[in-house]
Amino acid sequence: MTELLRAAGVSKRFGGLLAVDRVSLAMAPGAIHAVIGPNGAGKTTLFNCLTSFTPPSAGEIWLQGARIDGLRPDLVAARGIARTYQNIRLFPDLTALENIMVGLGVRRPETLLGALLATPAHRATVAAVEARARALLLDLGLGGRGDRLARHLSYGDQRRLEIARALSVQPVLLLLDEPAAGMNPVESHAMMELIARIRDEHGVGILLIEHQMRVVMGISEQIHVLDHGVCIAAGTPAQIRADPAVIAAYLGARAAKHGMDALEKRA
Amino acid sequence: MSGLLPRLQDGWRRATWVDVFLVALRLLVLGIVGYGFVAGLLHPRYGRDEWASFLVFGLVIGAIYALIALGYTMVYGILRMVNFAHGDVFMFGAYAACFTLIACNRNGLLATQPALSFALALLACMLVAAGLAILAERIAYRPFRRGRAMAPLISTLGLSFVLEYSARGMFGAQNKAFPSFPAIDGAVLVFGLSIPRVQLIVMLAAVLTMLVLTLVVMRTRMGTAMRAVAEDQDAAILMGINVDRVIVFTFALGGALAGVAGLLYGLVFKQISFFMGFFLGVKGFGAAVLGGIGNIPGAMLGGFSLGLVESLGPALFLEGIGVAAPYQLRDAIAYTMLVMVLIFRPRGLLGERLAVKRA
Repeated sequence: MTELLRAAGVSKRFGGLLAVDRVSLAMAPGAIHAVIGPNGAGKTTLFNCLTSFTPPSAGEIWLQGARIDGLRPDLVAARGIARTYQNIRLFPDLTALENIMVGLGVRRPETLLGALLATPAHRATVAAVEARARALLLDLGLGGRGDRLARHLSYGDQRRLEIARALSVQPVLLLLDEPAAGMNPVESHAMMELIARIRDEHGVGILLIEHQMRVVMGISEQIHVLDHGVCIAAGTPAQIRADPAVIAAYLGARAAKHGMDALEKRA
Repeated sequence: MSGLLPRLQDGWRRATWVDVFLVALRLLVLGIVGYGFVAGLLHPRYGRDEWASFLVFGLVIGAIYALIALGYTMVYGILRMVNFAHGDVFMFGAYAACFTLIACNRNGLLATQPALSFALALLACMLVAAGLAILAERIAYRPFRRGRAMAPLISTLGLSFVLEYSARGMFGAQNKAFPSFPAIDGAVLVFGLSIPRVQLIVMLAAVLTMLVLTLVVMRTRMGTAMRAVAEDQDAAILMGINVDRVIVFTFALGGALAGVAGLLYGLVFKQISFFMGFFLGVKGFGAAVLGGIGNIPGAMLGGFSLGLVESLGPALFLEGIGVAAPYQLRDAIAYTMLVMVLIFRPRGLLGERLAVKRA
């Protein structure tokens, strides 16, 4: 089976700052990986490199065996990488349904005249797209809220709508930037279950950035730890939990002796 | 009622001299407008027919303003940039229509096939204006997109002069007579009022064009993409939308609307000049700001309001107050109203606060 994603020696330099420093990672299809690290470690920059939003300064990125670094960001999206944002970036004045139909509609066949005159063929494609959008909303627990403006939705709904919107481009790899940010333990547990279910049902690989250790440890198969742009550790949750370098990076060397349990309690 | 007095007191305590000035200004404006309105209506000089013709003419010129304003507002909505060459795109559209109609007139098509001539002129003005707008995007916007926010503004201003004086070089500095369209001369009776047929057709064409635009924006894939890009360009890119194509499409769409406006303007006013893009551009931009720039229904509303105020205003306010020769003050009234609306409602009639939108 070919790898879903392979990043080899990806670096990103902003002037004198090496935000991401020779990070490599590989994901199998349908895997869930997490990227953790202190604030400013370069996690979001890594996401921006993967989506070509800020192209990497060095390194190679392969998606399903095809090289994607240096590609235009919209083409990377078309090849199947979708993402959500740390601070929600929906289209606030579009309805929830329209938010999703942007993604579904990018590749729907259409003629200008057909759309203007609302020919039966056009209405049929739109109806099909809309039905899929509504199914997606229902799937993410947003059924019945499709016609509300995105900015009128509650915070949790907005988070889930952002994931639904990302899924609407039919990605093979979903990048989630702090999906459980600002959620209480009950909500973040629900989010965790949602992420696992999305992976099972849509067959997408998921790479997530998250600070809540409970979430990270609960669902990730592999964890990559970034610190000052460098990948200081990678492995299963159990390996990461026991890695002294990780604990030192998170809590400082002095706190390291209290172990990862303290961190989990804090989070 | 118990809360009102304390609130007033509180408001008074917090008020600065600027607030006092603004409230006084508002009251003064309302007073003058109210007095002029009543006095103008009581004025015996104008009867029902005159008012109706003012009204219809206001709607006609307002429709043309609205078509121009749409181009400004769509480009602003997507790029947060004003394309100052837009007025000259309109002017070139008018010339394209003019030359097409002249050609039709020469071979007799205008008399025998007026509908076909109209369609040809429409096609020509839309194509030329859309092409020019795409050119404006290529040479005056795209090279500067990564630069400072001011750079594209200045470059479109420069392009505006290039277009104006190229037009003067090519078409001459004097006014050019628009070919007369015998098929749409004369007047029709609507509800017992005699209305020039050309005005009716122009209004109809403008409203139809706006309807098509609304359908394009609301129904088509490209329209959805436009709205997504206007809301959040980066997020739209990562949804697989080719933003460059959306931007080009937006310029072309705005240009085509300006081209239609050029044809309609020529039909109504019967003459065009190389410099009219400037005046109409300023009016169109004003209409876009009036309605809330970046907002498509706002541009339509702003255009019609500006047209109506310009057409009804002199007779309504100025005549009532007793100003001599009020019609020479049309522009003064239009721009005064623009300033006033922005004092009362800085974001425009339908606009939102930019701070919220851009945060």
